[in-house]
Amino acid sequence: MTITKEHSLSRRTFMKGSALAGLGAAAVGTAGLFGCAPATDSGAAGGGLADTAAVEEKVCWGHCSVNCETRCALRFHVVDDEVKWVETDNTGNDEYGDHQLRACQRGRTIRRWLNHPDRLNVPMKRVGKRGEGKFEEISWDEAIETIASEYRRILDAYGPESVYVQYASGVNAGNIGGFLNRLVNMNGGCLGRYGSYSSAQISQALPFLYGGRAANGNSDVANSKLVVLFGDNSCETKMSGAGPTYHYMQGLEKSGAKVIVVDPRYTDTAAVHADQWIAIRPGTDAALVDACAYVMITEDLVDHDFLSTYCIGYDDATMPEELRGTGASYVDYITGKGADATPKTPEWAAAITLVPAATIEALAREIATAKPCAIYQGKGPQRRGNGEQTARAICMLAVLTGNVGINGGNTGSDLDGYYMPAWFGVPAEDNPVEVSIASFTWTDAVDHGEQMTATRDGVRGADKLSVPIKMIWNYAGNCMTNQHGDINHAHEVLSDESKCEFIVLWDTFMTDSAKYADILLPDLMAVEQPNIIQSEYAGNMAYYIAGDAITSPKFERRTLYSVLTDVADKLGQKEAFTEGLDEMGWLRRIYEEQALPGDPGAPTFDEMMEQHIYKKQCPEGEHVAFKDFRDDPEANPLETPSGKIEIYSQALMDTVADWELAEGDLIHPLPVYCPEAEGYADPLAEKYPLQLTGFHFKGRTHSSYGCIEVLKAANPQELWMNPLDAEERSIVDGDTVRVTNDRGTVEIVVKVTPRIIPGTVAMGQGAWHDADMSGDKVDRGGCINTLTSHRPSPYAKANPQHTNLVEVARA
Amino acid sequence: MTYGFYFNGTRCTGCKTCVLACKDKNDLSESINFRNVYEYGGGTWTKGNDGCWTNDTFAYSVSVACNHCDMPVCMANCPQGAIEKDADTGAVRSDPEKCIGCGTCANACPYGAPKVDTEIMKSVKCDMCADKVAAGEKPVCVEACPLRALDFGDIDELRATYGDVAELAPLPAASETSPNLVITPPATAKPAGDTTGAVLNPREIS
Repeated sequence: MTITKEHSLSRRTFMKGSALAGLGAAAVGTAGLFGCAPATDSGAAGGGLADTAAVEEKVCWGHCSVNCETRCALRFHVVDDEVKWVETDNTGNDEYGDHQLRACQRGRTIRRWLNHPDRLNVPMKRVGKRGEGKFEEISWDEAIETIASEYRRILDAYGPESVYVQYASGVNAGNIGGFLNRLVNMNGGCLGRYGSYSSAQISQALPFLYGGRAANGNSDVANSKLVVLFGDNSCETKMSGAGPTYHYMQGLEKSGAKVIVVDPRYTDTAAVHADQWIAIRPGTDAALVDACAYVMITEDLVDHDFLSTYCIGYDDATMPEELRGTGASYVDYITGKGADATPKTPEWAAAITLVPAATIEALAREIATAKPCAIYQGKGPQRRGNGEQTARAICMLAVLTGNVGINGGNTGSDLDGYYMPAWFGVPAEDNPVEVSIASFTWTDAVDHGEQMTATRDGVRGADKLSVPIKMIWNYAGNCMTNQHGDINHAHEVLSDESKCEFIVLWDTFMTDSAKYADILLPDLMAVEQPNIIQSEYAGNMAYYIAGDAITSPKFERRTLYSVLTDVADKLGQKEAFTEGLDEMGWLRRIYEEQALPGDPGAPTFDEMMEQHIYKKQCPEGEHVAFKDFRDDPEANPLETPSGKIEIYSQALMDTVADWELAEGDLIHPLPVYCPEAEGYADPLAEKYPLQLTGFHFKGRTHSSYGCIEVLKAANPQELWMNPLDAEERSIVDGDTVRVTNDRGTVEIVVKVTPRIIPGTVAMGQGAWHDADMSGDKVDRGGCINTLTSHRPSPYAKANPQHTNLVEVARA
Repeated sequence: MTYGFYFNGTRCTGCKTCVLACKDKNDLSESINFRNVYEYGGGTWTKGNDGCWTNDTFAYSVSVACNHCDMPVCMANCPQGAIEKDADTGAVRSDPEKCIGCGTCANACPYGAPKVDTEIMKSVKCDMCADKVAAGEKPVCVEACPLRALDFGDIDELRATYGDVAELAPLPAASETSPNLVITPPATAKPAGDTTGAVLNPREIS
């Protein structure tokens, strides 16, 4: 907000215009590329200028900071310290490659979030039983004192391993959330966590295959002949005009590539792009791949040169010596010469996937003969009870056909993009505690942490936890309940106040998670404080967006940093914590110290805060994963033990050799199909015959924006159900139904649609849980996590939130 | 000059950014949309002897607001003579001084463009962002579209650039009102009057 200026405008015209048309009628402008600039009175600003009253109108830049995995620019029209309406980036000539960072429908409603009557305004302490949602206003002094004293008490009594910083992604701005870890690490650290709720299975599985998880930028489909998307639904998850959805559209218009979408739902991505939709039973993508491999191997369509040069474990010739002749290779397994003596024929896969054998054969031949072919997966296939196997298996289509490391191809992983040379964030220093858990297993660590082991529960850095979680810091996250698996279980764990003894939580609303806070603090949104963000998944054009606070803080809301500064002061660490800097000072420091050195062409900090957007094209044209390896595998080996693509992973088997797996959990050295616990073939299907899968919904990003009324009206929370399943249950479109399993019940309106495979129902994730937790616990908010499990996946110990069995009946 | 909208059905993902950007600028409540996105689709499922499924499902999105028609039936039917067509821009506008909020226009329009705002008992609808257009800008929905599937301008130029298709299901035949609309149909588009599909998102339309 560097420039403000009195701006004359007819108050009468202004008010008249705003009655029907909002302030957009009064002040639309092309001004404001630099700073918080005065808007011009172009457009309907007419009226007698003699009859004027001073109206100060500013246009301020900021970004939509939720975790959809793209980042978008917003331009706020601010009058009298209130946001009146919001534009997106409409600067420049919008040529692709230097295009505008246009926000989606979610960002376009941010004014209703900012100005929402239900926003948290004051610090509060819990007065009822934990989880009841009863709070009482307290002073900031009392809040700070309570946090500091409880934190000290818990550190003294249980040590830093009992402290946990909850997984959270509601605020993505490099200069904001990191302060929490900075303070915690200054005080001995905390129990670490690994893996996210987004991508834990694929992130931890792909290193065994490739040495890392990497993919081409999806703008590279401009070079493809065929694009096959397994559960990649960017058009609903990352809808913005700066991210993958826009790059897919531009790239596909350029290449004219054929697109095949493999998904249980006929998604919006399928609707707009697919030449062919392969409707598949959830959780069985790997079986489809196995059968494609069978066709490619038996019809000799694989890329032998690629397999022999770049891979191990394909056939006996490249197996570890001691395993040769044992039937353990990929070819042996696929062709039925392995231990299970089952050829993975299209007919074998048809019975599992419900995809006709002829369709599978045609798919295999098409993938094998289109050069280059881009195989991408979304993060849906991996967010399952067999997600680690599925993620690796899908990549095999790229490996078998030699499409790795080239333009127009891909690794088979989820799409990536070009990034700015440096990622920047608040220096949090190292966590002195070396023990960590999988993010998803935190309820176990609260409930019985001292029983959690490395070999059974995935504890890392120690054989077992020494102490349960006793304190949770939760900044702008909803994983306490709403976004975690099995809300009713989490409720039981958290409402026992003898287990986790203290929870401090920041948010802008009384989310379902916030109801479990002991101290609940009213946060400022990212755009209400200095903010800067780096692009994520942005094809071949990376960018930064920067802005200053669009308005002054309202009510008693404060930044995370200012609160933690006061806590640090109480702990006698203020100087060390702040290093004498305010929010803008930190923003300047991290930008200048982290972003600038690797990028000589970048604007200075002052320039960045004036120009707000900085874009940078991928110097190579397109980001191609493992290109160096493909070009020269000797000089640029992968980070696998062999330096090659490890189709057979001895490293995986060595890692899990002494693990105790739960019944039904499977980890295979090969990237092949494994059934999942609570999958379609689970005996539980007799009681709950429908598979329930979640999906990332257009009307929210996870649970963010989930309470915005206009978004809810435009994107109602509904259960997708095929007409055949509906007819069987005497259900018609628009009915209210109950979705039930042993973990809970959701009441929801049903959308009967041919856009989903029979036998499967689907529910957008992130809707706000709404149940009487001291009563029937029926969730009338439509939150899928009332029905999901808290049992982790086999290897990553991660969230299998798309793997659920349910029954549906009219309410 | 007569202005019109262009809609590219090969690009529209149905994301509704146009709808929500319009609602922000015009400060509309949940119950009034000046622009709507229709999800039109259909298809049947067949189980084979092998237990596998085949289907012919299709779906596509259509974003539509007021088309400021050359033969506006809202204007023709308004009992108060409150609706007029601007000679300079072609914009079809309702005069709030004359409008009594009877809803005849809303019922007459085959695009569902005019609504009755029950709080003020007036007909309200898209004014093609007259303020922005007067300032040489495009309507907010067009500037908002993440996929660049919308455009706006001189209808003659739009037709010269994009052709003269102005109808597809679930929109009515263009002959009903002569809309100032140009459409690039999506690959799976069905003709106006099609009965093989249906609007699949009726609860999202308002």
